[in-house]
Amino acid sequence: MIIAQNISRYFGRVAAVSDVSFELPAGGAMALWGSNGAGKTTLIRCLLGIIRCRGEASIGGINTRRNGRRARALTGYVPQELAFHEDARLGGAMGFFASLRSVPSARIGASLAAVGLTGHEKKRVRDLSGGMKQRLALAIALLSEPPLIVLDEPTSNLDAAGRGEVVETLRRLRSQGKTLLFASHRPDEVIGLADRVLVMERGRIERDTTPAELWPTEKPVQVVRLHLEMARESDAADMLRAAGHAVHLNGHGLCVAVPRDRKAAPVTVLARGRIEVRDIEVLDDVNLPEVVS
Amino acid sequence: MNRVMELCCVPTMVPARPPAWGGGTLAFARREFRDALASKWFLLYTLAFTVLAVGVSFLSMSGVGAQGFAGFGRTAAGLLNLIMLVVPLMALTAGAASIAGERERGTLLYLLAQPVSRTQVLLGKYTGIAAALVCSLCIGFGVSGGVLAWRAGSVGVVSYLFLVGFTVLLAVGMLSVGMLISVASRRSSVATGIALFIWLALVFLSDLGLMAGSLIFKLRVQEIFGLAVLNPLQSFKMATIVSLNGSLDVLGPVGAYASHTLGGSLVWTLVATLGAWSVAPLLAAVVIFARRTSV
Repeated sequence: MIIAQNISRYFGRVAAVSDVSFELPAGGAMALWGSNGAGKTTLIRCLLGIIRCRGEASIGGINTRRNGRRARALTGYVPQELAFHEDARLGGAMGFFASLRSVPSARIGASLAAVGLTGHEKKRVRDLSGGMKQRLALAIALLSEPPLIVLDEPTSNLDAAGRGEVVETLRRLRSQGKTLLFASHRPDEVIGLADRVLVMERGRIERDTTPAELWPTEKPVQVVRLHLEMARESDAADMLRAAGHAVHLNGHGLCVAVPRDRKAAPVTVLARGRIEVRDIEVLDDVNLPEVVS
Repeated sequence: MNRVMELCCVPTMVPARPPAWGGGTLAFARREFRDALASKWFLLYTLAFTVLAVGVSFLSMSGVGAQGFAGFGRTAAGLLNLIMLVVPLMALTAGAASIAGERERGTLLYLLAQPVSRTQVLLGKYTGIAAALVCSLCIGFGVSGGVLAWRAGSVGVVSYLFLVGFTVLLAVGMLSVGMLISVASRRSSVATGIALFIWLALVFLSDLGLMAGSLIFKLRVQEIFGLAVLNPLQSFKMATIVSLNGSLDVLGPVGAYASHTLGGSLVWTLVATLGAWSVAPLLAAVVIFARRTSV
């Protein structure tokens, strides 16, 4: 579905994306994983032909630079920063995007229903919460039933319940054969949705792997997110790895896979190294072998 | 979220091809037109233009020592300077805010992620704003014209209609310049600032510059005429005067030269110049916008 060959994008002398190549087959689900500034968003924009880049990208065999319009017709996109015309009403916004995609207006109601926004058509966009805007973006992405859905941190503005609903929607879309490409900072999402993970750092692909390899364990695990002083995150990650933990530093704290019955173990390790943990967030219950099997 | 299954039951087409080019452009035009009609600037400019146009048509009679409404011809002459001030300002600022505003709000990126080209976005927005501008002008001219027809009869109505046509050409020309400024600017405030400077230059500075240049460089009449025509406001003024008087003799030696040299083709030359101001900046805007490597 997606073929990226030597994609590079520079901002001045800084390489936002550097020589990235990968293939994502139809029906597959790939997560882009990495810290803030790793190049995930820029890579997505390059792939969709929104910004110019070096290299070649195609969606469904259509070159996104030479024929971006056709390539984007195969794609539903949910951006990281949701920007709609604030004065527009939700129904009006849907109507506009339906006309851009030549979708019959009868389908608008079904798309809104799919993301739980039925009954909000008359609300102005500025009156919607962040989560509702995110769901609106998902509804727009689903309007034309594209075979490829590209999402840039689709749950970043959602609470736990909203997050679960979106993940469930994406899981169902996947089961219907849709191809998913998404950037995420949440291990539970990556584990629950992706069959491949591209780990990016400083614009490059560090690893092309699977969630099971990224968070290896034989036992049922949970992922905890540790919040600590940013300047000490790197030291903490090294310390936890040395203690045998699988750790990922993704710009939103340290994500550590821990056995279900030893969630406090990383805190103990860090306390020994005199690193203070400010907060612990236990992410959604995840059983790696079940999810990835 | 279980309703996803409902979504799948709605008959749809998988988009093997993008929507028709014209359909996407029209969708942008419709939205832009609706947004403009609902905006405060549209209301303000329309109201101001209408009040001033009716006021000018009333005051036009005072020049001949009478009170009440003048005829269409005299009103057209009276409206000339008002249009040269107000219409370029309306069109330049509306155009300048269009793309730069979308870029600043972050909405442009999302629009460009849809199955549309940059040219469609630009032309759609241009068409929508142009339609709103024409609508605004038609309301102003319509109210003024209705009052005139009621109080002063229909003498000189052809000159008035020519004025409406030239004003529309001037408006879309200035809108093109505004769009060009907009695609080249990152921020809406910068685009509006540049638009205001260009308005100032066209309305005031170019006349002063032409006068100074003709004195310093001892320009010949044909050179002065050539330079004057480059300013779309001067082209508009000359075209309106020709439609009212049949010649440009009232403008002195330069006008007499233009009238005698170009004769019947003078008005078409001026209309072509205004047309070029509509097309050339818009084409430049399309090229610049399409070649931008970022949003």
